[in-house]
Amino acid sequence: MVLGNYKSVVAARSTDNEILKGAQDGGIVTQLFAYALEEGIIDGAIVAGPSDEPWKPEPVIATSKAELLAARGTRYTLSPNISLLKEATRSYGLDRIGIVGTPCQMQAVRKAQLYPIGMRDVPDKIALAVGIFCMENFPYQGLEAMVEDHCNVKLESVKKLDIGKGKFWAYTERGAVAQIPLKVTHKYEQPGCHVCLDYVSNLADVSTGSVGAPDGWSTVFVRTKNGENAWSKAIGAGCFETKPIEEVKPGLDLVKKLATDKITKNQKTLDERATFGVGKGLRNPYL
Amino acid sequence: MVEKITVGHVHLSGCTGCLVSFADNYEGLFKILDDYADLVYALTLVDVRQIPEMDVALVEGSVCLQDKSSVEEIREAREKAKIVVALGGCAAYGNITRFCRGGQWNQPQMESYVPIGELIDVDLYIPGCAPTPQQIRNVCIMAYLLLKGTDEQKELAGAYLKPLMDLAQRGDEACGCDLMYDVINQGLCMGCGSCAAACPVRAVSMEYGKPNIDRDLCIKCGACYAQCPRSFFNFDVMNEFEGISELIKGVME
Ligand SMILES: Cc1cc2nc3c(=O)[nH]c(=O)nc-3n(C[C@H](O)[C@H](O)[C@H](O)COP(=O)(O)OP(=O)(O)OC[C@H]3O[C@@H](n4cnc5c(N)ncnc54)[C@H](O)[C@@H]3O)c2cc1C
Ligand code: SF4
Ligand code: SF4
Ligand code: SF4
Repeated sequence: MVLGNYKSVVAARSTDNEILKGAQDGGIVTQLFAYALEEGIIDGAIVAGPSDEPWKPEPVIATSKAELLAARGTRYTLSPNISLLKEATRSYGLDRIGIVGTPCQMQAVRKAQLYPIGMRDVPDKIALAVGIFCMENFPYQGLEAMVEDHCNVKLESVKKLDIGKGKFWAYTERGAVAQIPLKVTHKYEQPGCHVCLDYVSNLADVSTGSVGAPDGWSTVFVRTKNGENAWSKAIGAGCFETKPIEEVKPGLDLVKKLATDKITKNQKTLDERATFGVGKGLRNPYL
Repeated sequence: MVEKITVGHVHLSGCTGCLVSFADNYEGLFKILDDYADLVYALTLVDVRQIPEMDVALVEGSVCLQDKSSVEEIREAREKAKIVVALGGCAAYGNITRFCRGGQWNQPQMESYVPIGELIDVDLYIPGCAPTPQQIRNVCIMAYLLLKGTDEQKELAGAYLKPLMDLAQRGDEACGCDLMYDVINQGLCMGCGSCAAACPVRAVSMEYGKPNIDRDLCIKCGACYAQCPRSFFNFDVMNEFEGISELIKGVME
């Protein structure tokens, strides 16, 4: 289950330059939602929108392309997107919900569907769940420390943040680039991430990330019937250009390696929790 | 058609919201009653005065200790039902009735309300205030498969129901604080926001990506804790979400 169940996997990027401009990688998420919105596959999408504080995301329900565009890019800090899941059906009256999230958020979506304990009318209304790859996430103050203290860059002046090639990168509006090795960022990781056993959003309808594909492109897994339906229609409409994953560098092997590394490391943490104290352990959420 | 299971709704001190929620499956309710379950007892819907033998008792409401008939009924339900389900926050955790102090017309002496688990063994909890129509539907379908299905269906239903059975074993107290004790304090919260979405009274807000519980607002329904992916998450069931969702859809068609 390292890469989860999937029907197909390709390298892809959006054909819309406006989307690509502010997107993190191939603009897969924004493009797919924009298309799904236009076609009525979804009537709105829960995304990580901007807030009053720089780089602090605020979950929002986007019902227009403009709102989707405003939410482009990766914010490496918590955006509790699931907090709007029931609200989307109530205050916004959505019957077909799109939602983007990290692997753990995709787990939350599926739990909400199979065990809708406080999620009235949610299960049948998830129309398109797009998962993003995720190695770890950071609390906002952690991100602040990484960018301001370690990269020596003001959060307000940052244009893009990225993790890749073993480093954390901050690009500023004025063209400066700061980078720090990931070993510096580890201590700022959210503790809850250390028991996480999913890298590539196994439970999403479509999941995507940068790893595996060349710069500016994304790796895309199509996993379910819903995902297949939306993806094939979007391809038919010319929303994406694609390349076979076998033909791009570094390719699926790297995805598999990183996923295996994450799962192995976090499984070890889970095992260690069992004997954390003296004759006493910590909870294992999966038992 | 295979034989149906028998289900009863036992109404203690609750607001009928749980029953309304069951009914909010609309045509799904008729499907359940037509094909899978005979409703053998339900004060509001069925003209039967004595609790009969049944496969599943869905109990709504907490028990008023000063109300003899309530105490009698919960005992009887336990004796006559194979599976007792605490339907909703009041039956499972006391919920809003925990805050009762008596003094109401026309029974001012009725003041102590306890969840049914304080008086009897309970097999399964459906937390929430009100529990959702879809969660009740899923439990009904799985209970049916568990009792009348093929071996494969029995196995699936068992795996599905286990966490809800574990909740019944876990205890009969719950509130937003359980997120604190079992998830946040245990270093497990990852800030998804499921708890905030689940809370019926908006007692949970997300501050810097983590839940903050307004304990004055919390009514102790248990939904936030049970909805949290880090309270329980069974990969066996969740990895099969597509197949199970289709199964449920198919069964209800
Ligand atoms: C915390 C985190 C860690 C990641 N780690 C990896 C990794 O290790 N390897 C990898 O290949 N990819 C990783 N990604 C995914 C990657 O950064 C991109 O999000 C992904 O490739 C989508 O890019 P895109 O151009 O297709 O999407 P875009 O069109 O740019 O859209 C991105 C979407 O993600 C949403 N989003 C942004 N931040 C968050 C957030 N914090 N929580 C939830 N939703 C958010 C946005 O609202 C937007 O809708 C990570 C993402 C996050 C948020
Ligand atoms: S590492 Fe896991 S728990 Fe942490 S944000 Fe990513 S998907 Fe969620
Ligand atoms: S915080 Fe909300 S969901 Fe949680 S137990 Fe209290 S009322 Fe219920
Ligand atoms: S539901 Fe999500 S945000 Fe709430 S306590 Fe659980 S993991 Fe944390």
